[in-house]
Amino acid sequence: MITWFAFVQIGIAALGGVLCLVLGFAGRKPNDYSLGSAALVELLLVVQLVIAIVAPFAGNHSTGNPLEFYIYLVSALIMVPLAVFWALVQRDRWSTVVVGVANLAIAVMVFRMYEIWCLGIA
Amino acid sequence: MATQNRTTGVGRVLVVVYGILAVAATGRSVFQIIDRFHEAPVAFSLSALSAVVYIVATVALVAPGDVWYRVALVTISFELLGVLVIGTITLVSPNLIGLASNDPFGRTATVWSSYGLGYLLVPLVLPVLGLLYLRRRGRAVAEAA
Repeated sequence: MITWFAFVQIGIAALGGVLCLVLGFAGRKPNDYSLGSAALVELLLVVQLVIAIVAPFAGNHSTGNPLEFYIYLVSALIMVPLAVFWALVQRDRWSTVVVGVANLAIAVMVFRMYEIWCLGIA
Repeated sequence: MATQNRTTGVGRVLVVVYGILAVAATGRSVFQIIDRFHEAPVAFSLSALSAVVYIVATVALVAPGDVWYRVALVTISFELLGVLVIGTITLVSPNLIGLASNDPFGRTATVWSSYGLGYLLVPLVLPVLGLLYLRRRGRAVAEAA
């Protein structure tokens, strides 16, 4: 894991989450900004997956249990598309709030992934 | 009646939070059971049970009909009871369920430890919101009937 990348990712997911909550509570239906934030968060998760696969070959090993790390990462990768799908079943302000909640959950999950990989906190 | 019974509006936010908590509880308990079941078998079994209940509650909130409504009511009430009972035990007497520590962020912490503090108290607040939502939905259905 690359620490600075993880924190950039946490920051973007948290900002995207807050943005979506604000837009949603302001009554906005899903738009390019809210759905774009989810797309960006998912893209960064894919990059994180690639980093996690490659890092051990460069001597960057997980301090904590890699299984726990991957349970978080795979759950996160699946969660964003599912949440967006669930949000778009019906397009209203709550769709935007749903995407925001998912983004915030990803921020927390990436922080947990950082704790597991870099700090060895199980 | 079917239309009033569908999950709409703010209820969809509730469902997504339930879904995330279901994933969180399942992921955590599966990992703890694979990796360190012997450290706290009772607590981890309860944790797995809570995960199953969260999954059923999430499905029950989405599925239409009176039967699912009752399933949602039972599972969400069970969660409220679970988080209150286990939350109290972990604070007062963690040994009772075989826990050496009551650290809500520790290696034996579960979704209900310390009233769900490790999950930002979401497990404590969510069943209350869930029950309020069900009551409102039940009333809307009764009025429409």
